[in-house]
Amino acid sequence: MANLSIDHWVRIKDGKIIADGEVIFASEADIASFLKAAFKFLNIKYPKFHKMDRLSKLGFIASETVMKEEAEISEDTALVFSNNSSSLASDQNYQESIKNFPSPSLFVYTLPNIVLGEISIRFGLKSENVFFIEDEFNAKLLIDYSAQLIESAKANKVLCAWLNLHNVEYDVFLWLSSESHKKEITEEQIRKIYDADYD
Amino acid sequence: MSRSVAVTGMGIFSAIGKNLEENHRSLIHGKHGLSYPEILETVHQNLPIGEIKSTNSDLADALNLDKNHAFTRAALLGTIALKEALQNAKIEDFINIGFVNGNSVGGMDMTERFYREYESNPANRRFIQAQHPGFTTEQIAGYFGIDNYVTTISTACSSAANAVMLGARLIQSGRLDQVIVGGTDCLSRFTLNGFNSLMIYSEDFPKPFDSERKGLNLGEAAAYLVLESADFAKNKEVLGYVSGYGNANDAFHQTASSENGEGAYLAMQKALETANLNPHHIDYINAHGTATQNNDLSESRALIRIFKEMPAFSSTKSFTGHTLAAAGAIEAVFSLLAIKHQQIYPNLNFNSAISDTRLRPVTELKSTKIQHVLSNSFGFGGNCTSLIFSKDE
Amino acid sequence: MPIMTDLHTELKASIIEQLNLEDMEVSDIENDEPLFGDGLGLDSIDALELIVLLEKDYGIKLTDPKKGREIFESINKMADFIEANRTK
Repeated sequence: MANLSIDHWVRIKDGKIIADGEVIFASEADIASFLKAAFKFLNIKYPKFHKMDRLSKLGFIASETVMKEEAEISEDTALVFSNNSSSLASDQNYQESIKNFPSPSLFVYTLPNIVLGEISIRFGLKSENVFFIEDEFNAKLLIDYSAQLIESAKANKVLCAWLNLHNVEYDVFLWLSSESHKKEITEEQIRKIYDADYD
Repeated sequence: MSRSVAVTGMGIFSAIGKNLEENHRSLIHGKHGLSYPEILETVHQNLPIGEIKSTNSDLADALNLDKNHAFTRAALLGTIALKEALQNAKIEDFINIGFVNGNSVGGMDMTERFYREYESNPANRRFIQAQHPGFTTEQIAGYFGIDNYVTTISTACSSAANAVMLGARLIQSGRLDQVIVGGTDCLSRFTLNGFNSLMIYSEDFPKPFDSERKGLNLGEAAAYLVLESADFAKNKEVLGYVSGYGNANDAFHQTASSENGEGAYLAMQKALETANLNPHHIDYINAHGTATQNNDLSESRALIRIFKEMPAFSSTKSFTGHTLAAAGAIEAVFSLLAIKHQQIYPNLNFNSAISDTRLRPVTELKSTKIQHVLSNSFGFGGNCTSLIFSKDE
Repeated sequence: MPIMTDLHTELKASIIEQLNLEDMEVSDIENDEPLFGDGLGLDSIDALELIVLLEKDYGIKLTDPKKGREIFESINKMADFIEANRTK
């Protein structure tokens, strides 16, 4: 089985963005203000950001944070994402709109994998992409899947993520993997990063 | 391919039949399952849908469920289809079996009916947790006692196809020897209104690949394949092999496909590569063919880019409607039926070709030698998947 | 909805709100500026939302999405169409 390394990672929770162990951004935790402030912090021009739903915005901010550390972005970077709540927040918003006039722009986001499309568009990725619904963060699933993709040369890099938004509570852990010549990533290490507190 | 992936059983429940035999009969008689809403309570009485004419009570009775069950419609359909697949494959022991289920609607059918009263009335609160797709999978798995490896894929219309792909990979890598793969989705006001708001829903029956096509029609269904490694499939009837698969992102738009069908092209190319086949080896293509202006043109362009000589192709969505997350699975079943019976099922309602591409699908049942079938499923979010099924020689 | 508001201003405000055009003011949109393509950069989903807006706020039901492109060319074109066809 292919050995993987973590090239970069990002953790987003409680109003903080933590990149490779360092708190690079902190603001109010309330999701609406947080997303606005975090986007401003990224300092990029991408007006389409404002049309995205919250789940996609979180995924976008997380991937942007990690990908900007890359000198060159490979079109063959696969996306392996997962969460527990699917697209619940957007489902609720869209459902509300059905009462009077179903909104097409809200309907578009009633699928958890739309964020994969948004990230692909942003970075020009034409790679494999999948979205799993799991009870909780399942590091093994994501690591195994990534290893297989790299082993079978289906991708040379993999962006993995636990991207969960339950009502207004967000919990994001995203990392970029590539092949390593020595065994670097273990499930325990990944879990450690996920479980840690960053102050 | 390191280890071959054999299909030893399948099960299906769609608007054209409750099981394999009924579905097959409908296909060979050109009998489609599009009708108008009777069970789904909606104001859109004029929109054709591929509705299964069984109420949830009927389905629950067929499964002997307790009166206070929390099975949503997708879970009910899925359980019935899975029952058939397991019987077919003669599987009785679930200790080491995996289950990969594609689902997008989840329990939305119940949520939209009951959520307004959850606060004031406890009667249906057991459906609150049934909302998300993972719960549907667990309900189905739980019915049979499957708990070794269970996961849900939610990538819109390519969910079930991605489930087949994952199942094949798990077997090839030796992680599992038996995996059930497929998907289930039911009709809901949520999706009916949604596709209608995108103005891609047809008021007529679907006309895939036709120049006058006006959009898609939703359907509901469930289907599963039992995949086994060569060792485990040794003394069983092999219905076919999953010989190739490919997935790619179109990177163009959240819900529309790119003009030259880049994602579709890459997915098909990868599938051929993994199968070690050339385009001319494909005898039949079961297209995604939703009958939207956008998909059919985009998919046609991608097909033309891959196939110098176009193989016979058709969209069976003209029979069942677009069953969203289940589409990749029911169409896998139809592809395997094509292999088993050496026949190609027609693309109904076709009159004139799209002027840009001039591709003509098969319009009548055709008996012919079939060894390899390509099946396409392209989902929102640019998620494009192609599968190749091959005959057991 | 205030009755005495200039339709052009009303439309600009609605578009900004409905289409999530962040950090944009009514004064940022010209009456004859192209809304799609280069100008405001709206896309096909935005066009569908504008179709919903026509029905919701002005009672005009558009069944052919292609017609939308002509009508939504600019604020001026939209306002003209609405004046001619509104039922609210």
